[in-house]
Amino acid sequence: MEQFIGFMFLRICIVLVLLALAIILFDIFKKGSATINWEFLSAMPRKGMTEGGIFPAIIGTFFVTIITALLSIPLGMGCAIYLNEYAKKGKLTRLIRMSIRNLSGVPSIVYGLFGVVLFVQMFQLDTSILSAGLTLGLMTLPWTITASEEALKNVPQSYRDGSLALGATKWQSIRTNVLPHAIPGMLTGAILGLSRAAGETAPILFTGAAFYLPFLPKSFSDQFMALPYHLYIMSTQHHAIEKVRPIAYGTALVLIVLIFCMNLVAIITRYKLRKVRME
Amino acid sequence: MERHLDEELSKLKTNLLKMATLVEEAIHKSIDALKKRDKDLANKVIEEDQRIDELEIEIEEEIIELLALFQPMAIDLRFITTGMHINAELERIADLTVNISQRVLEVADQPLLKPLIDIPKLASQAKTMVHNSIDSFVKRDEDMAKKVILSDNESNKLRTLIIKELINDYMVKDGTTAPRAVPLLLVARDLERICDHASAIAEDVIYMIQAKMVKHHRERLQKE
Amino acid sequence: MNVLLKDEELKSTEFTENNIKVCVEDFNFYYDTVQALKEINLKIRENTVVGIIGPSGCGKSTFLRCFNRMNDTISNIRYEGNIAIDGNNIFDKDLDVVDLRKNVGMVFQKSNPFPKSIFENVAYGLKINGIKDKGFITERVEKSLKDSALWEEVKDRLHKSAFALSGGQQQRLCIARALAIEPEVLLLDEPASALDPIATAKIEELIHELKKKYTIVIVTHNMQQAARVSDYTAFFMLGELIEFDVTNKIFTNPSNKITEDYVTGRFG
Repeated sequence: MEQFIGFMFLRICIVLVLLALAIILFDIFKKGSATINWEFLSAMPRKGMTEGGIFPAIIGTFFVTIITALLSIPLGMGCAIYLNEYAKKGKLTRLIRMSIRNLSGVPSIVYGLFGVVLFVQMFQLDTSILSAGLTLGLMTLPWTITASEEALKNVPQSYRDGSLALGATKWQSIRTNVLPHAIPGMLTGAILGLSRAAGETAPILFTGAAFYLPFLPKSFSDQFMALPYHLYIMSTQHHAIEKVRPIAYGTALVLIVLIFCMNLVAIITRYKLRKVRME
Repeated sequence: MERHLDEELSKLKTNLLKMATLVEEAIHKSIDALKKRDKDLANKVIEEDQRIDELEIEIEEEIIELLALFQPMAIDLRFITTGMHINAELERIADLTVNISQRVLEVADQPLLKPLIDIPKLASQAKTMVHNSIDSFVKRDEDMAKKVILSDNESNKLRTLIIKELINDYMVKDGTTAPRAVPLLLVARDLERICDHASAIAEDVIYMIQAKMVKHHRERLQKE
Repeated sequence: MNVLLKDEELKSTEFTENNIKVCVEDFNFYYDTVQALKEINLKIRENTVVGIIGPSGCGKSTFLRCFNRMNDTISNIRYEGNIAIDGNNIFDKDLDVVDLRKNVGMVFQKSNPFPKSIFENVAYGLKINGIKDKGFITERVEKSLKDSALWEEVKDRLHKSAFALSGGQQQRLCIARALAIEPEVLLLDEPASALDPIATAKIEELIHELKKKYTIVIVTHNMQQAARVSDYTAFFMLGELIEFDVTNKIFTNPSNKITEDYVTGRFG
């Protein structure tokens, strides 16, 4: 009986969560799918964003994410490799690791403000794709590092020992025998981090995202439109909120699908690499 | 730590003691039959040998099982292999008592050649040696085992004495005594062989205790 | 010195100076503040197999991992005393640990082939040592696989993944991998503990063959295995070397009461 009550409680929990998710997705799909067509995806916004499409926002998000990836993936993996393979296991390492974990809990707006000071002002990159991408990159780093370290930890010590015992140097052993096993996990973590970054508004708010730009950025030092920020404007800042509501729903749907796709890529990457390894 | 093997080992020990008791009885009875010229008793010894043979096989199978199932090491291994040897030695001793009993059947209907003095002496020596060798195994008493081995010399001397006397004093002087003298001669030889088997048991006991082979190297024993 | 020692020679623990391969003197080992090995003194003779037995946590694996300094990968370790291979102290400051490990091969408890083909696994040690001559590599791979009694089973699928091999084959592949760089000493850390009896028997046969060319130290949980494969046996307990003697002696008549209790299964 007690067991039955326990099961029921747990079942209700999961049903509630799924229900909430389903309602949100259903609502967005229902209202958003009406707006979406080829023009919506490929045209510039017109007439104070009350008409036209969201093409520049999609492109902007795409390029910002590339910058984010270029910063956070190599840097994150490098940090993780150092921390897990080379750093001595002492108090300092523990402190560093703890700080990294804490950083991933810092509110994203704080990263945004930090980005303004560091990239926009100090490095004089102005408000641009570069500044925004780097800011998002910084924000994603703790995630990437933590996920990569977990992936490295999951490689059994015996694999390292195997090559060290054959007279391999530490780096030879990591490169040929540890990374091949860790990379799927590392990439998955990195892509999940990126998908989170792609959906962020606050860090790009002050560092590069533009309110309304009916043209595409010409270089990485231009301002840009981004999907999450566009959605934010459409649903709270626009002068004719009621009128643009369908556009807001359309944008939300595109953003969700985009992030879903990225996660899918992460899952497929992991699956494929793992399969290659096992063969 | 109490082991399952310990239980099996004490079972083996009990069986070996049972075997030893039967064999000691057989020695006693066969000599008794000779002294009393008792054909019935001699026949009984011959009959009872079958029981000893069966027990020997039973113990041997038990030992093979122990070796196969437990793969014993060190003292356990030495105990079990020693048990195996003792088992075989005891069975041979039993066969010798059958031989003696057959000699009794041959001489029982004839008058005694001479009063038996030295043969009962050798017989009691054989009995003591067998008893002590088994005792040294049970008590793991190295000194007792050594004494058994060293006393084997006396039995050799006694046998030689008996045989010489039978040949020189009877058979050489009067050839017709031969049918009565030869069985006694053979009994003396068999009794001495029992003593040899007893000292073989004692040698195994020393191996069990010390893991030192004194077999064919009695000098190793003397040195100490 | 590729000559098998005669049984008579094996019976003696009196070593002459020129047949000692490894010499351990007053060796202490600490993990942080915990002393894992206490005052170990031991000599290992060339072309023999030394079995190391003892209850879990007795320090036998730690000891094995000292010979190729695999313990160096753990932080906060400390050692005192000497281990010399061919008279050279392996803790010498001028000694490159990478060179040491080329000379002292190791096979681990869990077979750990690399995520590569069978061929690449065996060639790995050669390639990281900068050998590029393809003919030489091919030749050496074949030789190592033959020496580890795996050649016949894998010669038709050298370029298939090593993961496709069975557990026992994987472990022999790991041995082949170690042999490829031609070490002089071979360390085996419970090499058959995860294998079925037939695969185990193959490994044991292999060890018997290998001692013609190598000096072998094997850690094993399985006493019967130590009895079967080793010429000398060392019994460790609580970080101490309790008894070291000819294998036959250890298993029929150990000198020490603790050794006897252990080999007869009275504790542990």
